[in-house]
Parts: sequence; structure tokens; C-alpha cells
Amino acid sequence: MISVPTVRKDFPIFTNQPDLVYLDSAATSLKPQCVIDAVTAFYTTHTSNVHRGDYAIAAENDALYDGTRKTVASFINCDPREVIFTHNATASLNQAAHGLKPLLKEGDVILTTKAEHASNLLPWFSLQKEIGVKVEYAELDSQGRLTEENFLKALHEGVKVVALAGVTNVTGAVQPIRAVTKAAHAAGAYVVCDGAQSVPHMPVDVRDLGVDFLAFSAHKMCGPGGTGVLYGRRELLERMDPVFFGGDMNARFSSDGTIILKEPPVRFEAGTPAIEGVIGMRAAIEYLQKIGMENIHAYEKELRAYFLAQMKKLDNIQIYNPDNEYGPVAFNAKGVFSQDAAGYLASRNIAVRSGNHCAKILHEVIGTDSTIRASLYFYNTKEEIDRCVAACSEISLENAIGIFF
Amino acid sequence: MDNIKSMLDDPMVLRELIMDHYQYPHHHGLTDDASYRSVHMASDSCIDDITVQSKISDGVVKDVRFDGVACTISTSSTSMMTDLMIGRTKEEAEAIVDEYFRMIEHKEYDPDVLEEAVAMKNVYKQANRIKCATIGWKAMKQMLEESGEDHE
Repeated sequence: MISVPTVRKDFPIFTNQPDLVYLDSAATSLKPQCVIDAVTAFYTTHTSNVHRGDYAIAAENDALYDGTRKTVASFINCDPREVIFTHNATASLNQAAHGLKPLLKEGDVILTTKAEHASNLLPWFSLQKEIGVKVEYAELDSQGRLTEENFLKALHEGVKVVALAGVTNVTGAVQPIRAVTKAAHAAGAYVVCDGAQSVPHMPVDVRDLGVDFLAFSAHKMCGPGGTGVLYGRRELLERMDPVFFGGDMNARFSSDGTIILKEPPVRFEAGTPAIEGVIGMRAAIEYLQKIGMENIHAYEKELRAYFLAQMKKLDNIQIYNPDNEYGPVAFNAKGVFSQDAAGYLASRNIAVRSGNHCAKILHEVIGTDSTIRASLYFYNTKEEIDRCVAACSEISLENAIGIFF
Repeated sequence: MDNIKSMLDDPMVLRELIMDHYQYPHHHGLTDDASYRSVHMASDSCIDDITVQSKISDGVVKDVRFDGVACTISTSSTSMMTDLMIGRTKEEAEAIVDEYFRMIEHKEYDPDVLEEAVAMKNVYKQANRIKCATIGWKAMKQMLEESGEDHE
């Protein structure tokens, strides 16, 4: 069980913005004091680079930075050597896609869905252009859900990579990753899972799911910006090329251009990383682990069910994912463009996102170009939901334009 | 005239104007006529996606048309722009566009020149919506500038 009033005391923004209802955690989460303190301490008491200094605080940072691999490993159940630090989930997915190039050839199929975020589609589109792989889409239902049956229908022996979000970012469809992975592996395909919307909200165990890659961002799970993780199965990482070359990732190089790369994961971390970001992510993971991912998942499910039940009562609201039991609520006020409606909610101090949420081909599935996305995290309350629902009931074209006068 | 002026100070009237231009946009729908220039505005923001067309010949804006997916502010501001542009000389049109951008940037401006488009006068208060209020106008500004290049 989560004590939400207690948890909220950990987040200084609730004191600094007492009237704000923040329902945009799928975009980025709020930050607890422990994470802010961990990042600040790097600046105030132990600033240094990593893997380069022969002095005490440098050694301290090496231990903190590399030690965070263990924290991540315990969080998603992998080997610390399988944890690559990146700048965000997008960077992780680009590294996975481009890193797999040596293992792919012209005509190989990348199987994905139309509910994916740009970051799990565009890297594959770029490979399509560069080496001639072919992107195919498994069929989804009208709420963005992939059934095991539809996945099997789309799977064939030409498929070499399955690129799929654990939870989709607009409709919150929880995809059947374990079953997908089992079938994909049997067909000889690798599975790249975008965990940006799943890892912050539910227990994710890469061994149990069987995925070959998992990408996620720290900033969506109470951590700092500019920091992400790519988990990769060790034997695959060893066969992969880095996207970036430079400092730290090489063992030695010579004037004729020969480069000897370091072993993974450092091979994939060229240049000075976001050290304070990684240290802050460690604090964030420890914070989430203390609350418990099962508890977070259960509470969010309960809160979402409450939210959905209230929203369903409103005649002026159309909901696009009413049957999904998890994730954001995607909706529109009838006859009002999503950004106008979000503007009205903003005037009531309710923060949501409007638009296509970087999922720009999802409209082919859910039948609308843009939606309002209200997304939850464990620090949201029923009182906040009530305020949002009350404001939603007031959305009309007149009111949406009225905010300008 | 004074009566109209005072009406354009009334928030209720301005709100009605925006609604009206949004629900029944003027000069809406694109043409295949090759004598029109066309600017597709889709790269500035993730949401709005509009195309503005204009026919500028002999130094006069003969016609302006637009279509696309956009919010109330984008749609109505572009609709108002078409009303203000059609029939003006290139120089007059450019002066109106400049005046409009002054208003949007919250600088001194002449409301008489902008007529109904003064309905957009408060958009500067919502910084994230300035893009919406200028998307169609930017397209027009670009086409006016390009039309000048033809004569050189």
C-alpha cells in the first residue's frame, strides 16, 4: 500500500506549486528530494569526471557511476555488464537499431506496430533507407492493443527484429511481451522493447520477459533528464557496433586508424556521460524500490479505474482507450480541438498533453489525429482526478476560446 | 465606424469572432490552379498542419485560400488573415502582416489596420499558442516575400 500524502511530501514541487494538478507524467515525472539531493551533491561536494581521475572524489564517482549498473541490474533483473548508460530511451533505441546493423541484411523484416512512439520507429525507418530492411506492422485493435494471435499472424521467417513498446505511450496498451518474445525467438528474431512507459510503472524483469533489448529513460521514473538505459543481452552486445566513437570507449588506437574497443557496456558510452544523471537515476531507482513497483502498479491501476469511471460519466468527452486497464487516459472533448481543450485545462491549473504524442501513425489505428493525454503516477490523488474531471466537464468551444479574454 | 471599433473592444464579441471563423472559416479549401503559390506549414509544431495558397499578380493579392488540421487559434487567425489580404496591394498586405506580428509580440500596434484580427491580441499571454496565431500569417509573409523575388 502506498501512503500518497506521505509520498507527496518527498516532492518539493507540490509545495512550490500547491495548486497544480500534474497529469503529464508520461511526458516526464516529477522529482523527489532524494534525487535532487543526489544530483546537487555531485555539484557541491564530489564533482569529477569518471574513469579518468587518480584522486579520491574521482574514485568515489567511479564507484557511484559504475555501481549504478548493479542498481539497474537489480531493478530489471540482468547482469550489471548488460547495462549501458545512454542519454534517454531514444538514444537507447537508436543504439539498439544501429548496433544490430552487422546482424541484419537487405530484405530482413522489422516487425512493429502503428502505436509505437517515433523513437521506436524512426531508427528502423533509417535502417530501411540505409541497408534495405523492411518495416512491417502487426495489426492492432482500435485501442492500440496487440493480441498474441495478431502477432503470430504477422510473424514470419523473414522477421529478424521485433520492435515493440511494453506499454504504448498514448493508449497505455500493455503488450504481451513475454508471449511475443517466445514466438519471436522461435522464429529467429530479436526483440527490442521500448520500456519508457512500462519500466517506471510496473515490475519489469528482462529475464522473465526474455527480451533482447530494453530501453528506458530516467526522467520518466523520478530521475534526472539526459540519462537513459539500454539493457542488451550480453552475447548480442559483444557483436554490436557503437553508434558513437570517442573517449573512454576505446582501449587503444593507432595512427593507421586501427581501434581496439573496450568491452561492453563501456564500449557504448563514448565521451563524458551524464554522471550526475546516472547518480540521480540510482537515487530514483532506490526510491522506487523502497515504495515497491508492485505497489506503484497496483495503486496506479486503481487510480486509473477511478479516473476512467468518472470520465465515462461526462457526455462531452470521448475516450479512446476505455477498455485498457492501465496507463494514460486518451480523450477529446467533443467538437473541441485537443490543444484548445488542453489550453482550457491549463487555465484551471491542470497539466496534460495534447496532440499526437510522437505516435504519428497511431491515428490510423484509433481514428483521430490528436488527443488529450492525461497520465498518472503514484503521487497523484483522487482529489486531483476529481479536479481534472470537473474541469473536463466544463470544456466547450466557448470556454476554450474564453481563456484568451 | 466608431460603433464597430467599440465592438472590437468587447471580449464577448472577439470570442464570438474566433468561434465564427473557426466553425465557418473563410476562403477554406485548396485549389489546383497552378497560378497559386502554396506553403505547407507543418514543421513548426507537432499538431497544426495547414496549407496556405495565394495568387499574387500585378502587385496585388488576388486570392488567398487555406486548409488543414488546426486548433481554433490557428484556424481563425488564418481565416481572418485571408479576409485582410485579398484585394490589397503587396505593400499594403505586407504592412498589415507587420502590424499583426507587432500585436502578437505585444508591441505597439494600430488596431484599425487589423480589424477583426485584433481578436488575437491576448494570445501573447499564452506563449505556447503564439505559434498557432502566427502559422497562417507566416505562410502569407513568406509568399509575399517570394512574390517580390519574381519581379527582380
